[in-house]
Amino acid sequence: MERPRIAIWKFASCDGCQLALLDCEDDLLALAGVIRIAHFPEASSRTEEGPYDISFVEGSITTEEDVRRIQEIRAASAVLVAIGACATAGGIQALRNTMDLGDLSAAVYPEPGWLDVLATSTPIADHVTVDAELRGCPVSKVQLVEFIAATLAGRTPDLPDVSQCVECKRAGSICVMVAAGIPCLGPVTRAGCGNLCPRIGRGCYGCFGPVTGANCAALTAQLRGLGLDEAAIGALYRSFNAGAAAFATEAKADV
Amino acid sequence: MWPRLGEGGRRRERDGSLSPLEDVMADGYILRDPRALVGALLEAGWRVIAPLERDGSLTPEVVSAPDELPCGLVDMQAPGAYRLQQQDSGRWFDAVVGAQGWKRWLHPAERRLWTARRDADGFSIAPAAEVWPPTVFFGVRPCDLAAIARQAEVFRQAGDPAYGERLAATRIVAVNCTRVAETCFCASMGTGPGVSAVVDVALTELEQGLLVDCGTANGAALLRGMDLATAAPADIAAARAAVEAAARDQIRAMPPDIADRLQRASESPRWQEIAARCLHCANCTLVCPTCFCTDVTDRSDLAGDHAERWQRWDSCFSPEFSYLHGGAVRRSVAARYRQWITHKLSTWHDQFGTSGCTGCGRCITWCPVGIDLVAEARAFAEEEA
Ligand code: SF4
Ligand code: SF4
Ligand code: SF4
Repeated sequence: MERPRIAIWKFASCDGCQLALLDCEDDLLALAGVIRIAHFPEASSRTEEGPYDISFVEGSITTEEDVRRIQEIRAASAVLVAIGACATAGGIQALRNTMDLGDLSAAVYPEPGWLDVLATSTPIADHVTVDAELRGCPVSKVQLVEFIAATLAGRTPDLPDVSQCVECKRAGSICVMVAAGIPCLGPVTRAGCGNLCPRIGRGCYGCFGPVTGANCAALTAQLRGLGLDEAAIGALYRSFNAGAAAFATEAKADV
Repeated sequence: MWPRLGEGGRRRERDGSLSPLEDVMADGYILRDPRALVGALLEAGWRVIAPLERDGSLTPEVVSAPDELPCGLVDMQAPGAYRLQQQDSGRWFDAVVGAQGWKRWLHPAERRLWTARRDADGFSIAPAAEVWPPTVFFGVRPCDLAAIARQAEVFRQAGDPAYGERLAATRIVAVNCTRVAETCFCASMGTGPGVSAVVDVALTELEQGLLVDCGTANGAALLRGMDLATAAPADIAAARAAVEAAARDQIRAMPPDIADRLQRASESPRWQEIAARCLHCANCTLVCPTCFCTDVTDRSDLAGDHAERWQRWDSCFSPEFSYLHGGAVRRSVAARYRQWITHKLSTWHDQFGTSGCTGCGRCITWCPVGIDLVAEARAFAEEEA
């Protein structure tokens, strides 16, 4: 069987998700044996023309040029997978979506006139049809390899839409919110990271974005009960997945 | 339901009568220090699993040395809140149940069911082998003893032998509760605070040490060779009184007719009201010692030569849990909460002949927003009363 041709693309992002792919250590050799990397500038300067069997897209859409380029990538890809919080929710840079771009650029850049960007940072799915999304900031290596292995085997990838709390309980982690009063976004966040924060006694930062139907209002009420003020609560929702609808709405509710 | 104390050396038969054991034990013994028993069990080669302090809670873990047994701990439990406090009481069993119970041993959170390999003739399947050494569960509370029996019945009916096999290779040293947490309501569920079922060994903590009560030949074998003083009738009376006092200390009680009430509450607007507060995070079901639901997933390697089927804890609160062709059956959180409490407190009786709730209070304590099963049940009961 011809090895499927894979392409990795970057939009507005930090490259962390692409690094997660390069970081697949033990699986890299096995990966190289079953897929053909046709386009991955971060890893190799040799690039091949499309079409591609699977395109992994990192980053959010923040310029007119991005809008045009993502259409081309979509047209050249049989399967398009958005990877990471930027590509699936607009990323940390989606913080600007609720602010005035002029004020922001003037505050940050000496020559804001040179900037040519859109007023918002938006996920890939706002622009083209996306076949699958891998959440996370960054994505989980395990989920990346699982997605590729499942696609090759023709089975459904295991990307469960359950809360981070489920990962806690399966891992045997003790709930930091109940046992230590530490604010945690776990109940409204999708599982998949491997329980990174609660297992070392930290609250979940929501890297994997909201679980389907996230009841953020109920969590917010509890966070108030733990003594967080409105600013602190808003800040919790306003991070890597600030642009995800459930978090964006809840953050606004608290301003 | 009163504790069986001072019946050492004899076994309670299913019909309630007492039968003699070959290995005759007196009517109870006094153990000064539980570490002596743990030490003897370790010495004899048992794998001892006991609630140990982990990250601010008690979790049943493998004990490697008797000194790992925590002493002087007290647990403060309330809806959505748990704190362990270290005191210098010198008491061993004042802190009751923690977040994770014996379920994680008998019904593991993740379990490989089988492995398949591609070979010359297609592929071959090997069932997963499991090593379960001779084990003692040390410090099982009465509510959890009931939970173990109820889960065993679930898996027996389901035709899954693994749970029963683990249990059969496990001896139990139970602890009668002489202190309860605010969230405990076992007295109203008939499961505690004293052990009422047959158990290998039951301990009750007194001022002068632990009253040891042996209920089975297996229990007698665990105690053989230990140098134990015979308990006085006053010790047995004190133990009984302490357990009775613990029952009176419980501030929560399940409405007795809740199973019937819930049958008639399926259309109550209250489900929506609860759904507004519920995170559908699944914590309640995962900490519940009787909840047994799982999901099955297949994993395959990149080369496609090796595949595995895994079973792992799932929950009726997961949106995908009730997924059938075309979509989920219980889409709303109201429907999922209704499923949880109705199964637990009502239809479990029809299915397995008991309540699915033992009154351990874990779902109340470990709900991140403190939704209180008993308070919700009372609200349904009073709504109709
Ligand atoms: S620590 Fe956070 S993610 Fe884990 S159970 Fe508690 S609330 Fe849920
Ligand atoms: S329903 Fe709650 S109180 Fe009852 S056994 Fe389960 S966790 Fe314990
Ligand atoms: S009742 Fe509590 S623990 Fe259970 S799903 Fe709802 S919020 Fe989570």
